Amino acid sequence: MQYIPNILFAILLIVGIGFFVKNINKLRRNINLGKDIDRSDNKSERWRNMINIALGQSKMVRRPVSGLLHIIVYLGFIIINIEVLEIIIDGLFGTHRFLHSILGDGIYSFLIGTFEVLAILVLVSVIIFWIRRMIVRIPRFWNKEMKGFPKNDALYILYFEMVLMTLFLVMNATDTSFQQANVGNPISQFLAPLFNSFSAETVHLIERAAWWIHIAGILVFLNYLYYSKHLHILLAFPNTFYANLKPKGQFPNDATVTKEVQMMMDPNADPFAAPAEGAEEEVSEKFGASDVTDLNWVQLMNAYTCTECGRCTSVCPANQTGKELSPRAIMMKTRDRLEEVGKNIDSNGGTFKDDNKQLLNDYITPEELWACTTCNACVDECPVNIDPLSIIMDMRKYLVMEQSAAPQELNMMMTNIENNGAPWQYNQMDRLNWKDEE
Amino acid sequence: MNVPTMAEMMAQGKQPEVLFWVGSAGSYDDRAKKITRAFVKVLHAAKVDFAVLGTEESSTGDAAKRVGNEFLFQMQAMTNIEILNAYEVKNIVTCDPHSFNTLKNEYPSLGGKYNVTHHTQFIKKLIKDGRLKIDGKKFAQSRITFHDPCYLGRANDEFDAPRELIQQLNSQYMEMHRNKSNALCCGAGGAQMFKEPEKGDKDINVLRTEDALKTNPTIIATACPYCNTMMTDGVKATNKEDSVKVFDIVELIADAQGL
Repeated sequence: MQYIPNILFAILLIVGIGFFVKNINKLRRNINLGKDIDRSDNKSERWRNMINIALGQSKMVRRPVSGLLHIIVYLGFIIINIEVLEIIIDGLFGTHRFLHSILGDGIYSFLIGTFEVLAILVLVSVIIFWIRRMIVRIPRFWNKEMKGFPKNDALYILYFEMVLMTLFLVMNATDTSFQQANVGNPISQFLAPLFNSFSAETVHLIERAAWWIHIAGILVFLNYLYYSKHLHILLAFPNTFYANLKPKGQFPNDATVTKEVQMMMDPNADPFAAPAEGAEEEVSEKFGASDVTDLNWVQLMNAYTCTECGRCTSVCPANQTGKELSPRAIMMKTRDRLEEVGKNIDSNGGTFKDDNKQLLNDYITPEELWACTTCNACVDECPVNIDPLSIIMDMRKYLVMEQSAAPQELNMMMTNIENNGAPWQYNQMDRLNWKDEE
Repeated sequence: MNVPTMAEMMAQGKQPEVLFWVGSAGSYDDRAKKITRAFVKVLHAAKVDFAVLGTEESSTGDAAKRVGNEFLFQMQAMTNIEILNAYEVKNIVTCDPHSFNTLKNEYPSLGGKYNVTHHTQFIKKLIKDGRLKIDGKKFAQSRITFHDPCYLGRANDEFDAPRELIQQLNSQYMEMHRNKSNALCCGAGGAQMFKEPEKGDKDINVLRTEDALKTNPTIIATACPYCNTMMTDGVKATNKEDSVKVFDIVELIADAQGL
């Protein structure tokens, strides 16, 4: 009978981690639905980016208030989770504060004391986050894509963190032997007197309850990640590693187009020659993107990494002037469609069954795409190097090259470039007239 | 104006130090043509041996690429590259950040590898090499603010060259609250220049002009012909055209020299 808690704990742990692994596999499968893109170059610069931007949070502090608060929560999250190790050992083997016995008073006191200080700092930060969202109502949290689940999702995460931190402190405050030892309780010692009026048995019961709910809460949170905007805590690392390293103004040149243009410009090429073997596949390849599977895996990983902070949208010139475009919404819609495609594959035995929907029109409208000035403000602003512009450009490419569906004025501009080498209707022979015009 | 073409140079068996890529706006747009001529005056003053392609120059294809017409872009690029390579061009300078960006970043993988500089970088080097000295007296009473072109700044991380040039003018210099990598776009990029904006509650160029006007300037300096148009229109829309002028940096430099 005495092993029942240990067995229960083991089951809880296995179920919690098992579901998490299942979700991670689904995540990998969905990201791999994207096209291949080679980002294996410049390993050292990639590592440096990951260390500076993801681990070091360098881009977060561009906005000092939210940046600082985020660093507290981030450090708290990483450091307090060392405690989870002890909880797992205690849970599995029925020990109590196992690390105390092997680390001794000094180190254990320092460790748990640090956790407690961080826990209270995290609690305060998270409450400030909530106030910024709900009382101060910072505009980027209230754009139109932030209605319904996206809004609640953000709040659930804040509530989760408030509850977990409170449970951690209560657990320490009601641990009578821990309080008596008086090591590593700089915060919980002030909470302990709150429970003085309860019987020893009740206090112990509260301690056990807090302990169990805390670890169960962590496991639930771990499994909530996949469904929430919070995957950035994992994906920020690969996302910054695989991000574009080229100058932001450099858009990739399509190699299929290069081949075709070279053929056209080669005076020796025979336009009626039979295509080389294997060339048919290339011809049938579609230009640009109309659905998530036309995007590359980095773009799809971008979509899962997005934590919907809205910094991109808040700096977007189109969004600031009331246009439909929101770079954050581009990422959210890409993810929503990718999830839909993933579920479709799951429910059809591993193959995608046409659902008469696509990313273009059903999620992202041409109006949004044509409002972009390609100014790169969104790309520059993203704290984890997400690139909404690359998705916008791939979708424009599809609209123009597959559907000839550019706005009329742009079609005229392109006709001018084709006919007289300038976006306006001027004669190419007049190109040097400026030198004699003063 | 004495503006030699590459064809004339070649006929004389000469290779200029640098090719001036004028760009479509600089060639045809009335306002941008003034920027082009101001730059030529500065080139002459610094005794730079340069040439243009003249009627052999064609659109870089930048606008086509930003619209999504990869085919038209690459057609333009490869046509231009054929000509540039035939003239064995090594160095290119341009007043248009969009041409600068595409020539520098997008032409190399198509066979066009050149040393491309923006005119602000080029002039900065002329000053550093002692080939050009700027007399800043004329602008001592001016209050200048600078609007970063996206394709020079964020796209290519060049924030300092234009600022260093403005400093040479001895005027009062004010930064807008959003500057450098945080600068707001003028609204022309991504081929927006050639179309009406989507439905919204404001024009981007007006919003950006308001940023500039908050510094209470007498001059809004730009370094891009498209930004120039957008900011000029923005100044008109806010009824400030009597007190605030929009100039390209090279126009200010040419003016300071009495060119």
